[in-house]
Amino acid sequence: MAGIVGYGAHLPRHRIKVEEIAKVWGADAPSYKKGLMLKEKSVPPPDMDTITLSVEAARNALRRAPMVDPKDLGAIYIGSESHPYAVKPSGTTVAEALGATPDIHCADFEFACKAGSEAMYVALSHIKAGEMKYALAIAADTSQGAPSDALEFSAAAGAGAFIMGTDNLIAEIMFTHSYMTDMPDFWRREHQFYPQHGGRFTGEEAYFAHTKGASNAILKKAGMKPSDFKYAIFHQPNGKFPQRVALELGFTQEQIDPGWLSPTLGNTYSGASPIGLTATLDVSQPGDLVFMCSYGSGAGSDAFIWKVTDRIKEVRDLAVQTHKLLKENLTYIDYGTYAKFRHKIKKND
Amino acid sequence: MTMFSSRNWREYPQRYRREASKFTKSGKVYFPKRLVDPETGDREQETVVLPDTGKIVTYTVVRIAPAQWGDEGPYALAIVELEDGTKVFGQMTDCNIDEVKIGLEVRLEFRRVQSEAAHGVLSYAHKFVPKWY
Amino acid sequence: MRDVYIVGIGMSKWGEVWQQSLRDLHTDAALKAIENAGVDHIDGMYTGCMTGGMFIGQEHLASLLTDYMGMSGIPAVRVEAACASGGMAIRAAFIEIASGMSDIVMASGVEKMTDCSGEEATQALAAAADQEYEVFHGATFPGLYALMANAHMAKYGTTRDMLSAVAVKNHHNGSMNPVAQYPFKVSMDQVANSVMVADPLHILDCSPITDGAAAAILCTKEVAKATGKPYIKILGSGAGTDTIQLSQRADLTTIKAATIAADSAFKMAGKTIKDMQFAEVHDCFSIAEIMVAESIGKFEPGKAGPAILNGETALDGAFPMNPSGGLKSKGHPVGATGVAQIAEVYKQLTGQAENGRQIPNSPKIGMTQNMGGSGGSSVVHIMEVA
Repeated sequence: MAGIVGYGAHLPRHRIKVEEIAKVWGADAPSYKKGLMLKEKSVPPPDMDTITLSVEAARNALRRAPMVDPKDLGAIYIGSESHPYAVKPSGTTVAEALGATPDIHCADFEFACKAGSEAMYVALSHIKAGEMKYALAIAADTSQGAPSDALEFSAAAGAGAFIMGTDNLIAEIMFTHSYMTDMPDFWRREHQFYPQHGGRFTGEEAYFAHTKGASNAILKKAGMKPSDFKYAIFHQPNGKFPQRVALELGFTQEQIDPGWLSPTLGNTYSGASPIGLTATLDVSQPGDLVFMCSYGSGAGSDAFIWKVTDRIKEVRDLAVQTHKLLKENLTYIDYGTYAKFRHKIKKND
Repeated sequence: MTMFSSRNWREYPQRYRREASKFTKSGKVYFPKRLVDPETGDREQETVVLPDTGKIVTYTVVRIAPAQWGDEGPYALAIVELEDGTKVFGQMTDCNIDEVKIGLEVRLEFRRVQSEAAHGVLSYAHKFVPKWY
Repeated sequence: MRDVYIVGIGMSKWGEVWQQSLRDLHTDAALKAIENAGVDHIDGMYTGCMTGGMFIGQEHLASLLTDYMGMSGIPAVRVEAACASGGMAIRAAFIEIASGMSDIVMASGVEKMTDCSGEEATQALAAAADQEYEVFHGATFPGLYALMANAHMAKYGTTRDMLSAVAVKNHHNGSMNPVAQYPFKVSMDQVANSVMVADPLHILDCSPITDGAAAAILCTKEVAKATGKPYIKILGSGAGTDTIQLSQRADLTTIKAATIAADSAFKMAGKTIKDMQFAEVHDCFSIAEIMVAESIGKFEPGKAGPAILNGETALDGAFPMNPSGGLKSKGHPVGATGVAQIAEVYKQLTGQAENGRQIPNSPKIGMTQNMGGSGGSSVVHIMEVA
C-alpha cells in the first residue's frame, strides 16, 4: 500500500481581477471572463517564489503527518516551471528549511504544468518500490504571463505538497497512468522571460487529447467508470477547460466542484491539479474515490486514482484548509502594483 | 559585498529553521545562536526551534529604503516577542502598513528576503505576517 | 593616575565639503588644534573614524594622517566604535596621559561621507547595526531609532511635539554656531511636516550626512600651564557597551550603555548628575536626546520629553543640552562627533562660545555623552574649569 500521508497547500494573499488587466490592454473584460470562466487570479508578492511557497505548503503537509520526522524523508521533488534558479534545485533550499538534509535524494522536475504531478508520480514510485519510508512531492509555481497576452489573465501562483508513504495513509494510490507525446503547444526557450504558445492549437490536440488519453487509459486499467468516483480534479488553466473535459469524459460538475479552483485562483501551472487535490481532500470522506488527471504542455498527462481512508477525518484541521487560503484575507491590487510585483517593469540591473 | 554565499549559508540554521541556543544552566533561549550564555558565561547548550507565532513589541515603517528594497517599500520592521518569550527582529509582509501596531499577533512565514543583483545568490528567512488563522 | 587637561581644540568646515578630502579635513582640524593649544609637538594621536574603508576605501588612517600633519613617526592609531569613535578617541588619549605614558596626546575624529553615493553611505552607516540579523532584514538607522521611539511613546506617552522640540531647540542653538552644517532655525510645524523617513521619525528628526573633522589636545597640567592658553580639566571618563541587536535589549526605551558610561564617569569624577550644569549629548535622532537625557539620570524615565518641551534644556534653561546645535544642526561626521562635543564643552567652560551661544552665568562643569549605532556603545566625559 502506498499513498498520501500528509498534504498541504499555500497560496498568496494578493489577487488581481480580470477587469484590472483588461483595462490596461484595452481588452474586453466580460468576454475574457466568460471565455475563460475566470474572475481573478492570485499574485505572488516580490518576497514569494516557488521555494517559499513550497516550504509553507510542505510545512502544512508535515502538520498533517505529525509522525513524520523530516529526516525520514528519502526524497524531495519539486515540480515547477518557475524554479528561482536555472541551475540549483529548489529542492535543496526547501529540504534545508524543513530540516530534511543531508540523507535525501533531490531533483527538480519540469514539464510545463504537469511538473508537480510528475513529482508526485515519482515519489509514489519510490514508495511502491520500497526504496524509502517517505518521499515528499511538491507542486509549486509563480509563473509569468506575457503582458497583453491571453495568458496574462490567468497565470497565477500557489503550491501543493504531498508526503508519500506506506503507513498512516490519508489516501491510498490505487492506479497511476502517464500519457505523453511530443506536442509543441506551449514552450519557453532558455533565457526568454515569457513563454510562447500556439493559441487555439493548445486546446483540442493538446489539453483535451492528452487529458482524455490518460484518463481513458487509467479508467480502462482500473476497470472503472466516471460514476464510480466521488470527486475528480483536472488540470485547470482556466475555469472552462476542466469543466469541459470533465463533462466530455462523463464526469459531473458536482464531482469537480471542490477541486475546481481556477475561476478565482487562476492557473497555478504545476500547482493546478495538485492544489485542486488538496482542496478535495479537505472535504473528502473515508472511502471516497478521487480521480485526478494533470496536463502539461509539451505535452503529457499524469492520471491518478486515490481512495480516501479513515484517517482523513483526523488530519483535515491540523493545517489550514485550501478553501480558506483561496477565499479569506485577500488583498486586491491594481495593474501597476501587479507589474511591480511580477518584475515586468524595466529597471537597470 | 563579496563572500555573500558563505555568509548566507552559515546562517541557514537560524534563517531557515529558526534554530536557537538554549543554555543548560539558565534555561534561557537566545536567537541567533551563540557560543556563550551572555548572563552566566555558560557554554553548555542544546539547539531548540523557535515557535512561529508571536506579538509585535515595537515597529516602524521604513519609507526611505535602501535600493535592494526599493520595490517593496514602504515596509514595516518589527520586534516580535514569540510565544516562548524570545524576541526576534524582521520585516512585516502581506499587510497594510496601517494595520501594524504594538500588540498585533503575527505568524512567521518563509520568504525571500534578498537577491544579490539579478545574478547572485537568493537569501531566505522568515518575515512576519499578520496572524489570520 | 595623573590629572588630564584639554588645552586646545580645532574644527574643520562641517557640511558637504566637496573641496576637501578626508586627509585635508583632518589636517585642517589637527593643525588648528595644535595652534589653538600652543603646543609645539604631540606625543601620539588617537583618531576616531567609523569607516574610511567603506566610505572611501581608506583604512590605516592614523598613519596616513600623521604623515599629512607633518608628524610621521609618532605612535598613532584609529579608534572605532561606530558613532562613538570620537569619544572613544578622547578616552584613549585620556588613558595614555593619565597612565603617565605620554604628556601631550591629540584626540581627533574625522569622517568623509560624500565621496560615495547616498546608497553607499547608507550601507556604510548600516555597518553599525547587526549586519546578519538587522540590516539583512531591511533595517536602516532611522528605522532602528524609530523602533525605540515607538516603544518609548507607547510606554511613556512621549509625543510628536516632544520630538520636534528637540530639533527646534538644537537648530536654534546651531544657528549661532559658525561650524554648523545647517545654521538655520526650524519651527515645530516644519519638523512635524517634513517628509517621513521611518514612522514616527521625519527627516528633520534625523541628523544629516556630513563631512568634517575635529581635534582636541589633551595634556598634563604642566604642559597646559606652560602654553599660556585657556585649559579645562577632565574629571572623569566612562564607557559601556550593550547588545547591538535591538531585539536583544532588556529595555527598548533606555540606553543602558549610556547609563553604564555615565555612572562610571561620575564615579571617577566623584560627582553626580546633579552637579552637571550642561551637556552635549548624542542626538543622532530627536528621540535619542530624550532617551539619553533619561539614561544619564537627568530626568526620570518618561519625563525628558515634557522637560524639553517646557524649555528646561534651552540655552537659558535649567539644564542646557546641546548648546552647539547637536548632531541635528551642527552635523554628524560620524567619527568626529564625539570630539566636537568635547570642543563645545571646552568653548563653553572657557567662555569662548560664539555668537550668543554662550551659556549664561559661566558654567563650571559640563559633560559629553557620545554613543555608537543604536546604543551599542557609549562614552561619557565630565569636565570642569581648571
